[in-house]
Amino acid sequence: MNESMIEIIVAILVLIGVALALISAFGLIRLPDVYTRSHAATKSATLGVLVTIIGAFLFFGLSEGVYSVRLILGIIFVFLTAPVAGHLICRAAYRSGVSLSKESVQDDLEPILGNEEERRAKNKERHHRSS
Amino acid sequence: MFDLILLISLLLISFAILVALYRVYKGPSMPDRIIALDSIGINLIALIAVFSIYMRSTAYLEAILILGILAFIGTIAFSKFIERGVAIERKHD
Repeated sequence: MNESMIEIIVAILVLIGVALALISAFGLIRLPDVYTRSHAATKSATLGVLVTIIGAFLFFGLSEGVYSVRLILGIIFVFLTAPVAGHLICRAAYRSGVSLSKESVQDDLEPILGNEEERRAKNKERHHRSS
Repeated sequence: MFDLILLISLLLISFAILVALYRVYKGPSMPDRIIALDSIGINLIALIAVFSIYMRSTAYLEAILILGILAFIGTIAFSKFIERGVAIERKHD
């Protein structure tokens, strides 16, 4: 494959990744509460990074013949860990009593975990006990 | 042309990081700030990948792996701290 072809493919991949990163930044600043913001911050940002790293992998592989194992490891690691991190943050936010936005219509966890004031009081008590 | 595209992408990713920094500064609750910090870490990975293409050097690729691991561990520690009040739990006997 000649040089300009590689550059066109890599440029398209990098531009897709950058567009996804910008969409995620836009969602991060516009959406109303933590739970909706976590969609923007974990899903589209992860996809953008994956596309960008795949572009870098193809660039070094095709133009210099260096198929970097570190990049593959980075891709797998980001792909595995970003959803887990997003889930853990949302779980911590809900359990520590961060309220949903006013536009939300349904809270399926409320019958199981109790309403917001109870959770907040319980969390405060637990903090008090552990310190 | 290719270098220009890469430079523009670097600028745009930096802009995304700046927006996430605004969320870190403004964010009403702690989980907001942590989500924004996680997003900054992920965007930094993309920044380093584009920068290493721009420099035509594979020397920066270790940083991608390290940053991925550090961002993940930092996020996990922060969320455990918010949920339980401690980052590392010890057994009380």
